[in-house]
Amino acid sequence: MSAVNLSNITKKFGNVTAVKELDLKIEEGEFFTFLGPSGCGKTTTLRMIAGFYYPTAGKVKFNDRDMTTVPPEKRNTGMVFQNYALFPHMTVAENVAFGLKVRKLERSKVKEKVKEVLGKVRLEKFIDRQVSQLSGGQQQRVALARALAIEPDILLLDEPLSNLDARLRDEMRTEILRLQRDYGITTIYVTHDQVEALSMSDRIAVFNEGRCQQIGTPTEIYNDPVNDFVAEFIGETNLYNVAYENNRLHCADLGMDIQVEEPLDERLRNQELKISIRPEAVKVSDEEITGLNVLRGKVKIVQFTGAAVHTLIELSKGVQLKVTTLNEGPFTYLQEGVEVVLQLPPEKIRVVPSIRERA
Amino acid sequence: MMLNAENRKTALLLIPIILVLAGYVLYPSIETTIESFQRDGTATLKNYGDFFGSKASSNLEALWNSVYISILSVLFSALIGVPLAFIFNRYDFPGRKFFSGAAIMPIVLPSLVGVMSFMFLYGEAGLVPNAFKDLFNLSKVPFSIGGVPGILLVHAYTMYPYFYMTCSSAINNIDPSLEDAAYNLGSNRWTVFWKVTFPLLTPALVAASLLVFMVSMASFSAPFLLAGGFRVLSLQIYFSKINGNLEMAATQSVILSVVSISFLLFMRWFQNRRDYRMASKGIGAHRSEVSNPFLKWTMVCLGIVAMIILLLPHATLLILSLVPEGTWTWQIYPTTFNLENYILLFKDTSIWDPVRNSLFMAFVASLGCFAFGIITSYALVKRKFIGKNLLDILVMIPWALPATVVGMNLILAFNKPTPFSFGQTLVGTFWILPLAYFVRFIPLVVRSTSAVLEQLDDSIEEAAQNLGAKWFYTFRKIVLPIIMPGVLSGTLLAFVQAVGEFPTSVLLYTLSNRPISIEIMNQLRMFNLGQAAAYGMIQVGLIAVVLFISYKFLGVKSEKTM
Repeated sequence: MSAVNLSNITKKFGNVTAVKELDLKIEEGEFFTFLGPSGCGKTTTLRMIAGFYYPTAGKVKFNDRDMTTVPPEKRNTGMVFQNYALFPHMTVAENVAFGLKVRKLERSKVKEKVKEVLGKVRLEKFIDRQVSQLSGGQQQRVALARALAIEPDILLLDEPLSNLDARLRDEMRTEILRLQRDYGITTIYVTHDQVEALSMSDRIAVFNEGRCQQIGTPTEIYNDPVNDFVAEFIGETNLYNVAYENNRLHCADLGMDIQVEEPLDERLRNQELKISIRPEAVKVSDEEITGLNVLRGKVKIVQFTGAAVHTLIELSKGVQLKVTTLNEGPFTYLQEGVEVVLQLPPEKIRVVPSIRERA
Repeated sequence: MMLNAENRKTALLLIPIILVLAGYVLYPSIETTIESFQRDGTATLKNYGDFFGSKASSNLEALWNSVYISILSVLFSALIGVPLAFIFNRYDFPGRKFFSGAAIMPIVLPSLVGVMSFMFLYGEAGLVPNAFKDLFNLSKVPFSIGGVPGILLVHAYTMYPYFYMTCSSAINNIDPSLEDAAYNLGSNRWTVFWKVTFPLLTPALVAASLLVFMVSMASFSAPFLLAGGFRVLSLQIYFSKINGNLEMAATQSVILSVVSISFLLFMRWFQNRRDYRMASKGIGAHRSEVSNPFLKWTMVCLGIVAMIILLLPHATLLILSLVPEGTWTWQIYPTTFNLENYILLFKDTSIWDPVRNSLFMAFVASLGCFAFGIITSYALVKRKFIGKNLLDILVMIPWALPATVVGMNLILAFNKPTPFSFGQTLVGTFWILPLAYFVRFIPLVVRSTSAVLEQLDDSIEEAAQNLGAKWFYTFRKIVLPIIMPGVLSGTLLAFVQAVGEFPTSVLLYTLSNRPISIEIMNQLRMFNLGQAAAYGMIQVGLIAVVLFISYKFLGVKSEKTM
């Protein structure tokens, strides 16, 4: 097991900078996720840890060992590829045994280990199958078993669930977590799916355009996003431009001053700002509400998803607000076209700097 | 830095590739070019003056003939191949599968053998014209092939499979829902065909046209046996060489090379253009059943007639191979049939020698192609380096160059000691022919290997590396086993084509390495048609076996075998 230390990593491909000045420390045994849209540099970073790319600048360390330019075959990481990369001409057992044979383990030990690992991923029955005869989920397990068999210092997972259908994805999520806890192995998980990231990770690093935007636990990332990109990328949110003038936050879109709980941080005062409020934090009622940040609007669309009801409310021309309420029975659903009263509770509003171009 | 280690590996791979290509492809071409600018040891443009000048109008005429025969060959091949592809892939009627299999039978006839059986069938002394003469008591044969119509007939017969195969696979790749969408939007059959189907087929049609044009520019056997006094460029090279005018042969080679290489470059450009193929899921063949009984049985009858015409050359070859020497002289039809010609192969060493020579030389050449093909394809597909495009073109040049030109290049390069021949004069020795076969069939093996390598996802190699395997271990245990079927099918194809190779053989053979194709010519000259046909049958049999193995055990589809 290893901790991973990335210091000031930059990776350029020709003129394109894929990763910019990344500093990151992943603790031993941690489940760490790189989250971001495609092309954000998360896979590039993973491949630098695996050794398929060498950084243009900066250092990669496993514990205290400098691994920056060590070739991939000498790093002892176990990687699961997006398309699994199973060897098509080998059986399940041969696939799993490959890394062990390379390590010149005794024949009997290899056999034993293959059985043990395949047992862990519940594929004992398929040990002599050709990999092409397996379903997607089973191939995924073989890929995991193959990576775990070599007892890697670090387990690297590159969007492993993106090729599976929704139900299988849920199942494999639990499976991966179970294996990770069983082995207690340092795990780095790359995904663009925020649900995967939030539900599996000890900590998450959110990437955008080659830069790491925020590192934190899932709750920190969701509840306290550092900027509008993070707020919008993780979960649903309502974002409005605000201007800080004379100790007040004025929101032109909503046509009012917004009251927030905590005074604005000194460092933010000169930046472009936005407020973010999650749909489930908005209070909505067809009766009058008294208090701070009360608004009026008209229900435009009501979407029923089962556990929750999503309601889109038009506040004024072109300004909309998303509201999510739990399904508490047919009487609580709002009708389209109805006038409603809304409240944005001050303790639920986050003021964030805007790093995105204004549309 | 490890980066340098990666580059070192690439460089190590590239050194042998570049040495071989420089020595046996580039250097011979350069020698030919230099020779073409020389007259009696001094540099001059005289040869080109003679070529284009009024002094030797025959050369210009030959160039023009080559071009117009090629254009007509494209036209006729397309006229046969494209409708066949449509009928067999779009309509279902009894025997469809069988007919569509028979439609590619011309590819099992090596060009020389194909021309030979056409002569047996339709030539001056051919079976069909003489049967007519006999039946209708005519004083002369009513028709016989020869000259331009003969060449065109043979070309159309041997080259329409290019159209048939490329078109078939293109038709099967068209997502039926595209046509359904057009019908749904209110188009009739006519509009759907011209506005949807045909535009989707154009890339395949253009590719096939270019291919047929190049192949028929290079065609040697058909004009050699059928042209009579008619001149084509590939033949002119041979005559210049036979007359000892190496400078003119070199000049003609250069001009033919320029035409061929510009076509190669044009084809590469065309194929690399972004085309509008789409990856749609679940493309199924959609054939409409022919329900009208009259139409249905007309089609079946047409199919049977077409099949007889298609397979007649094969059948003739088989029958004539059973006619022993000296039993068919003045009679219209042969009367005696036995296996003597085949038995002689094992009894008479002078008859067996050419077979042994061909098999051995083809084996050596394809072994070379095998090793060289693997390394080269791997470097081209999986490695990054500067000048890759150039290397790719260099590899394909022997494919674009007409065989006659390859032969001339080797003559002009190795008629003196060179470092590439280890200080030996290769021309006139046994080893010049295996070398020629090797050079000729490099592109074939490289292409079939590259095709499977491109299918191999990079992450497979990375996974092995990640699990601790070094590069060479990964290459041996992962890459090689996966690509082996593709490499083997390419190599086997190279082998059978080398066994049948005629144009380079006729330029380079010596008494010691006389291959089958040369012996066929000798036997024809002695009017021993039976033995010539038996040699032909050996080649046909070999090709059939190889195609069968490729299809059955190596999982290669027939349309990929070209």
